[in-house]
Amino acid sequence: MSQMQTDPPAERLVEEAVVAPVGVESEPTPTVRRKRRRRDVGALLGAIWLGLIVLAAIFAAILPLPAPDAIGDRFSLAPFESAAHLLGTDQLGRDQLSRAVYGARVSLSVAIGATLLGLVVGTVGGMLAGYYRKAADTAFEIVTNVLLAFPPLIFLIALVAALRPSITTLAAGLALVAVPTFARIARANTIAFADREFVTAARAMGATDLRILGREVLPNVMLPVMSFALVVAAALVVAEGSLSFLGLGVPPPAPSWGGMIASGREELYDHAHLVLVPGLFFFLTVFSLNRVGDWARGRVGRESSL
Amino acid sequence: MRTARSPLRRLATLLTVLLVVSMAAFLLLELIPGDPLATLLPEGATPEVRAQVEAAYGLDQPLWRRYLEWLGGALQGDLGRSLQSQVPVTDAIFERLPVTVELAGLSLILALLVAIPVGVYSGYRPGGLLDRIATFVCSVTLSIPNFLLGVLLVFVFAVNLRMLPVTGWTPISRSLGGHIQSIILPVITLGAVEAVAFIRLLRNDMVATLQQDYVLSARARGLATARILFGHALRPSSFSLVTVLGVTLGRLIGGTVIVETLFSLPGLGSLVINAISNRDYLMVQGIVLVVAVAYVLINTLVDLSYPLLDPRVRAS
Amino acid sequence: MTETVIDPADPGLPPVEPDAPALVVSDLRVWFDTARGLVRAVDGVDLRVDAGRTLGVVGESGSGKSVLSRAVMNILAPSAVVLPGSRIEIEGHDTATLTKQQARHLWGARIAMVFQDPMTSLTPVLTIGRQLTETLRHHTGVDKAAALARAEELLRWVGIPEPARRLGQYPHNLSGGMRQRVGIALALSCSPRLLIADEPTTALDVTVQHQILNLLGRLQSEEGMAMILITHDLGVVAGRTDDIAVMYAGRVVEQAPTTTLFGEMRHPYTRALVRSIPRIADPSHTRLRTIPGRPPTVIDPPPGCAFAARCPHARPRCLAETPRLDGHHPGNVTPGHRHACFFPVGTPQGEQAFADNLAEGRTAAGLPIDERSVL
Repeated sequence: MSQMQTDPPAERLVEEAVVAPVGVESEPTPTVRRKRRRRDVGALLGAIWLGLIVLAAIFAAILPLPAPDAIGDRFSLAPFESAAHLLGTDQLGRDQLSRAVYGARVSLSVAIGATLLGLVVGTVGGMLAGYYRKAADTAFEIVTNVLLAFPPLIFLIALVAALRPSITTLAAGLALVAVPTFARIARANTIAFADREFVTAARAMGATDLRILGREVLPNVMLPVMSFALVVAAALVVAEGSLSFLGLGVPPPAPSWGGMIASGREELYDHAHLVLVPGLFFFLTVFSLNRVGDWARGRVGRESSL
Repeated sequence: MRTARSPLRRLATLLTVLLVVSMAAFLLLELIPGDPLATLLPEGATPEVRAQVEAAYGLDQPLWRRYLEWLGGALQGDLGRSLQSQVPVTDAIFERLPVTVELAGLSLILALLVAIPVGVYSGYRPGGLLDRIATFVCSVTLSIPNFLLGVLLVFVFAVNLRMLPVTGWTPISRSLGGHIQSIILPVITLGAVEAVAFIRLLRNDMVATLQQDYVLSARARGLATARILFGHALRPSSFSLVTVLGVTLGRLIGGTVIVETLFSLPGLGSLVINAISNRDYLMVQGIVLVVAVAYVLINTLVDLSYPLLDPRVRAS
Repeated sequence: MTETVIDPADPGLPPVEPDAPALVVSDLRVWFDTARGLVRAVDGVDLRVDAGRTLGVVGESGSGKSVLSRAVMNILAPSAVVLPGSRIEIEGHDTATLTKQQARHLWGARIAMVFQDPMTSLTPVLTIGRQLTETLRHHTGVDKAAALARAEELLRWVGIPEPARRLGQYPHNLSGGMRQRVGIALALSCSPRLLIADEPTTALDVTVQHQILNLLGRLQSEEGMAMILITHDLGVVAGRTDDIAVMYAGRVVEQAPTTTLFGEMRHPYTRALVRSIPRIADPSHTRLRTIPGRPPTVIDPPPGCAFAARCPHARPRCLAETPRLDGHHPGNVTPGHRHACFFPVGTPQGEQAFADNLAEGRTAAGLPIDERSVL
């Protein structure tokens, strides 16, 4: 119950009123429309897709899918025309959905394996370089520059030609390509943290370098590094796809998205779905990794990685 | 950002990098199974003939000696002869280099032409319509690998609309119009992905820069918005962009393999992939060296450009 | 001040009354839409600065004084909402009704601002000369050579040695004090009628502070322009302003000519501010006087006076009604001296309120007080 009104009535905006003070009022307050904060729908959808595709890849054998290399009798069938082949078939009558799912196995295991390996090696290297500086830093610089200067695609092609292309060799090769990125982030963050007081304090108390690195520096460095991991994984999926596209990935009959796109290329005009189906899987996976990765990076905060 | 250091130290580092790169390439190629002489030897060649050919090509020497001989030649500009075609490697490379360089260069120019206005304006009005559209388009494009993008572009423009050739390369000397036609799709394929990366980088840096006091101060002086954006805010926001530009260019020189294969362009990429499958190790070695040198050079130029961008760096 | 006379470009504004005040702010409210709620940074401010006069705006961090200056200069962040009913008049022109052309040559030319931190308020990638000539050419359309000449004069005028050399230098080549002088030169380059100095010396050394403030005073009297000096430091405004406005929680709580404010302050917050200034004459180990309580809530604030929670005079009325600056309050007798308090300092009502609170041992807001609490 307000007392004597000493204030003139305030004006209202045309838009909806959201703010409404409750309780005793001495003056009616003007109202302003609030902007609603949007949820990150893209990241959510991305996470859902990733979950789906990972599960499908893991449990591919259990799923009610025809074998990916089972040659059928209906060639280049378009999607949604037959219940037995939801996403159509390729030139040899093989089920596209099944091949896409098994192809996910290849792409994801290579990408995830390479990311993890690159992350571990890169983080260790970066931390050592950032912590000890001087000689370690010079070595770091030379090694990363060598890894970066060596044209990655050529390196991968040569690697694949040198060793039998398999998931392991591809993962190892791609890991090498990913190491510089992780290493740089780890190093930059290590330098930033090694200067902080709590590290100096720990050292003054007699903590060994190993302990400092492991207990103080590592937890702080892991966060920004991990937030990059998803984005790097996305790039590695693309790299693996590129190799398969060139025919240098995991050899047939194991299906791979890149390989499917390559072979479908010839029939692009008549049967676009041969390219579009693997293309869609490819796109959705990379897109999801990027979106969720961006969300993770946004949560961790912007770090300088270059 | 790289720290400034003495030119001598920088040179030493560069040379070490190049050295290690060439050694790595040598080693790597050594691992590739297959017989490099397969195409040279006639059917049913006897071991003596084989030994002769090997000696002629120095293939009977130990690895380290072969490497040193190659290195010596390389320093004089002689990269040996292709095992396959007998053509001097240097000639083969420099015959194809212009195509790759043109492809990479034009792609980057296209990417910049798109990225700078979009990035600046998105940074100026984050959350606005252009920003939201651009972010969405960027996310999508970033997730389409360049080979897929190339295939799709071919599908739309070459196959369906028949506006452009599907593959093939017309050199400028033959026809300018044909040249442009043959280069549009490859350039767009390469440039689109790079543009996206640039836009994101520039936009984020712009957003940060526009919160600085000096931008506020410029606005308080009543200066025109365009002037503030491009005269005051763009340069401090372009550090990451310039760095990435350099890295990208260096990467592209060695990374046009896919696009060249897709569009049948006679560049370094298609050359190297042939050479690898034929185990033409000298050719591969030479290409790797040239690409690495280009990468190192470009990055050095980028480093040297920082003081031009930001006078504060000049002080050291 | 200078030999070359450069006329600012004519923005096509309607002619002004010769004695129109330099600035009139009326019921200005600036709210920000943030994740935590609506921040009422400025919540109903009335100000008036006459031509040639200096107004000091005093307040602690968060009082809204910076937002006020940015609102007047039209450089608010995009998330800021200036509520309807707010009115800003510069030299008699309502800023809300300006055309684009008129606005183009108002800010930066007729009214200008000097910022707090000279280290960050100059563009690092442009030379001093370039920044000066750019502003000059934007507002006056002179050619490059004339602009450079004038820029050099400006630098000399603000007391920078070797001005010609400085033109080619970058901000990071200069010391903090010199950078602030450059900032002042930039602001005054087009002879504005009103200068807003937002904490111009806070980021500087004490010795340099004095020089800068003296410089501002000298330039002001030479140009005959009005000035608003924003600061949290009462000592800065004591000898250099004609009037002072004290801000708290987004509102002006007292405005008076300077001598009157220090001599006959009415608002308890003003008194608390003045009393909190440490005096050199005090014996060592004298306890610094502080204002009890916490800074006010500016997000969805409760009704009533914003200072009530910390005020020794707070009575129940203070929690229910918000006192207004132009209301009829006790002690509001001198024209030009307004305050917003129901129980002001130095009035029977105020003393009665304090006595009542003393008797209860606490104010109506629950703040415990005793005889020593006379702030």
